[in-house]
Amino acid sequence: MATLQHIEPKTNCFHCGDEVKTRSFLLDEEQFCCQGCQTVYSILSDNKLGDYYRISPNAGTKQANFQESKFDYLDDANVIASLLDFKDDSLAKITFHIPVMHCASCVWLIENLYKLNKGIVSARVNLMRKEVVVMYNHNEISLRELVILLARTGYEPAINLGNEEGEKKTVSNKKIYYQLGIAGFCFGNVMLLSLPDYFDFTGEFHASMGSFVGFVMLVLALPVLFYSDLDYLKSAYAALKNRVVNLDVPISLGIVALFGVSVYEIVSHTGAGYLDSFTGLIFFLLLGKAFQQKTFDTLSFERDYKSYFPISITLKGANNTETTIPVNNLKVGDRMLIRNSELIPADAMLLKGRALIDYSFVTGESVPVEKVYGEIIYAGGRQVGEVVELEVIKSVKQSYLTQLWNNEAFTKVKETFFTSLVNSNSKRFTTIVLSIASIAAIYWYNVQGLEMAAKVFASVLIITCPCALALSTPFTLGNAMRIFGRKKMYLKNTAVIEEMAAIDTIIFDKTGTLSDTSQSEVVWYGTEILNDYQLMLVKSVLRQSTHPLSRSIYEQLNAEISEVANFQEFAGKGLIATVDNKEVKIGSSAFVNGEKMFSSQTAVYVSIDGKVLGNFALNHSYRNGLENMIADLKGNYRLFVLSGDNNREEGALKAIFGNEVPLYFEQKPEDKLKFVADQKAKGYKVMMVGDGLNDAGALKMSSIGVSITENVASFSPACDVILEASMLGKLASFLKFSKQSVNVIKACYAISLIYNLVGITITVQGKLSPVFTAILMPLSSITIMLFTTGLVSYVAYKLFNLNKNALWKF
Amino acid sequence: MEILVLLIGISVTVASGFLISFIWAVKSGQYEDEYTPAVRMLFDDKIN
Repeated sequence: MATLQHIEPKTNCFHCGDEVKTRSFLLDEEQFCCQGCQTVYSILSDNKLGDYYRISPNAGTKQANFQESKFDYLDDANVIASLLDFKDDSLAKITFHIPVMHCASCVWLIENLYKLNKGIVSARVNLMRKEVVVMYNHNEISLRELVILLARTGYEPAINLGNEEGEKKTVSNKKIYYQLGIAGFCFGNVMLLSLPDYFDFTGEFHASMGSFVGFVMLVLALPVLFYSDLDYLKSAYAALKNRVVNLDVPISLGIVALFGVSVYEIVSHTGAGYLDSFTGLIFFLLLGKAFQQKTFDTLSFERDYKSYFPISITLKGANNTETTIPVNNLKVGDRMLIRNSELIPADAMLLKGRALIDYSFVTGESVPVEKVYGEIIYAGGRQVGEVVELEVIKSVKQSYLTQLWNNEAFTKVKETFFTSLVNSNSKRFTTIVLSIASIAAIYWYNVQGLEMAAKVFASVLIITCPCALALSTPFTLGNAMRIFGRKKMYLKNTAVIEEMAAIDTIIFDKTGTLSDTSQSEVVWYGTEILNDYQLMLVKSVLRQSTHPLSRSIYEQLNAEISEVANFQEFAGKGLIATVDNKEVKIGSSAFVNGEKMFSSQTAVYVSIDGKVLGNFALNHSYRNGLENMIADLKGNYRLFVLSGDNNREEGALKAIFGNEVPLYFEQKPEDKLKFVADQKAKGYKVMMVGDGLNDAGALKMSSIGVSITENVASFSPACDVILEASMLGKLASFLKFSKQSVNVIKACYAISLIYNLVGITITVQGKLSPVFTAILMPLSSITIMLFTTGLVSYVAYKLFNLNKNALWKF
Repeated sequence: MEILVLLIGISVTVASGFLISFIWAVKSGQYEDEYTPAVRMLFDDKIN
C-alpha cells in the first residue's frame, strides 16, 4: 500500500487564488485556473474595473460553469413580483443574498455594477449580512439579465423557494435601541437633578426648589415607565396570568414600588423620591438585554429542504418543447430536464441520458453514484455531467427525503427541557422577598403605624429588586456567545449555552461530520506497488475519461502521459484502452475481474493485459484532533455514532472511539430521528452533531443540534449551533466552557445575594434613603458586569488561549 | 436659586437634541451595518 503524492502547486490563479493545474488559461500574462475565472477577469478588465484585484489580491471565488437558461424562470411575472421589494413605471428594487461576498473587493465591484450595465441605477452592499440592494431600470435590464450579470462576474445570488415564500428577515432589534436611548436620556437627566438633593444637608435646596425639580423628574420618568420598561411589565403580567413566576415578576414589583413611592413622596412633599434609582435600574437592565441580543445575522438556523432546492424546473413537453415552471407545480408524470450541477427536486425515474448523481447534500458523501435507464433517483441528488431526462414519480413534498419534514418534530415548536437557572429560582426568591417585606411591615405597623409600615414594605421590594441578578445572565451568556463566535462556533441564542451545560449524551454522524468528504485520499491496494511504467499506462487511460472517480485518481497520480488508442468507456462499468500495445482495463470489480466481488469501498480495479494488479480506493480522511476530543469526552458523556454508511470503516472508527462506544451503521434519516427521540424519552439530554440533510430530523429532534459546515456562508440544516468543521476537535473545550459560564452565573448570584442581604438589613430597620439606593443599585449592577465579563474572559483565555486583546473587543 | 429653572430648561433641551439625533440615527439604519460603510469610504472615486 502506498499513498500517492500530490502534484506540487506552481502558480495561483490570478482571480481566485486557487492552484493552477494547466497552463491553458492565460490572459494579459496572468494565469487562471479555469475558463470561468478567466471570463470574469476579462469582463472586469474590459470595463476598466481592474481595481478589483488591487483592493485585495485574488479576490474572486472559484467559478463554476452555469447554464444561462437556468435563470429562465426569472422572466415569469409572478416570480418577479414575489422577489421584488418595490416597482414603479421604470424603477425596481430587489434585495439579493449573495453568499460568496467576503471582502472589500466584493463590495467595490458590486457597488460599481452600474458601469457594466446602464440599466443598473445603484447597488448597495451590506457585507455582514451578505446582502445587496439593487435599484435598476426594468425597461433597460430584466431581472434575469441582472442575475446573469451578477453570476457572470462571480456573484451568483442565492434565490430559492425559501426566500421566495416571503421569508424576509425583518429587523426588529431597533426597538431595544430606542428603549435604551430613551432610558439613558432620562436616567442621565434625573441623576443630574437628584445630585443637589444628595448634598442638601441643610434642607434649603429642597425647600425652595424641591417641588419644581420633583415635577421635572416625574415628567422625565414617564417615558421610562410607559415605554422603556414595558417588556418587563408585560412579561411579568403574562407569567402571573399563567400562574408561574419568572424573574420579571420581582423586577416588576420593584419597578412598581419604586415609581409608586416616588410619586407619593414628590406629590406629598415628603421626600425626593427614588426616580434616579428607577430610571437607572431600567437603563442597566436594558443594557444587559441589548448585550445579550447579539445575533449572527448572516447565518440562518431555520433552513429546511426548500432552501436547497431550485425555484424552477425545465419540463419537456410533447414535440420537444421546453417550458419552465415553478418547482411547486411539479406533478407526478412530468418529464423534467436536469442539466449539469442541477438539483433533482422530486423522486424520479431516469428516462434518458447518463446520470451521475452527487448525493453530498443528502448524505455528505461526495463521490457521485452512477444511475442507468429506469433507475429511481431520489430527490436531493445533484446531476454531474450531461443533460438527463427524468419522469417525476412522487411530488416534491412526498419524496423520500422531503417527507422527513412531515414528521411532527418539524411541525411543533421545539420544547426546551431547560427552564433557565434564573426562572427556576424566581418563585422561591419572590416568596422570600414578600415574606420579609410583610414581616417587617407588620413589625413597623405595631411600632409606628400604617404609613411607616407601607414605607418599609415598599422599601424592601425596592432594595431587593433583582437588578444585579437579572444582569448576571445576559452579561455572562452574551459575553460567552461572543467568545464562542470568535472560536467559529455560532449559537442561535444565549439560551443554548445553558442547555449545552446540561448535556449528557452526544451523538455523532459519520460522513461529513467525523470524516472530511472534500478530501479523499487515493490509496492503492495490490500485491505490489505500481511501477512508473504501469502508472504511466493507467494515468494515460484515465485522462480520457470524464468520470469523477477517474478525474480524482488522475489528479493524484504522478506519472507521464502516453498516447492512447481504442479508448472505450462503458457507463457504470469502466474503461478499456490500448496504450503502448498493452490492453488496460480500469473499472468496477465486475468489469475488471469478471466476477462480482464484495468490496466495501469505492474501489477501482486495474488490469493490464488481462492480469489484475489490484485496486485504487478513495478513503475519506477523518478530521484532525478527533482522538483527543473523544478521549476528553468519553468519561463525561455517553457517546454514540450513527452512520448512514455501511460498516466498512468500523475498524477506523473503533480506533478513534475505542470499543465501548456503540456504533450504528446503515441508519436512514428516520432511524436517526427515532434514535434521538428514544434517548430523549429516556430522559437524556441529547446533543446531535451532524451535517447533511439526512441528519436534519435528528438535529431538530435533539436538545441541541450542532451542524458542522466547511463554509459558514453555505447552507446548513435547521439547528441550534453552526460549528465550523475545523473546530470540531475543540468540542470538548466548548462544552467545558459552557459549564464554566453557568458556574460564573452562579457566582454572580452569590454576589447579588450579599448585596441584597446588606440592603435588607438596613431597610427593615426603616433607614432606607434615596441616596443609599442611588448608590447601592448602580454599584451592585456595575460590580456584576465587571465581575462576569472579567471572569468569563479569563475562563476563555485559560481554555482556548485566546489572545488578550481579542478578549476585550466586543 | 430661581435661575436654576432656566438652566434646567436649557440643559434638558440640549439633551433632548441628542436624544432625537440618536433616534434618527437608529431609524436611518446606522446600526444595521457596522462594517460596510467603513470599507466603502476607503474606495477612490476614479474618473475613467
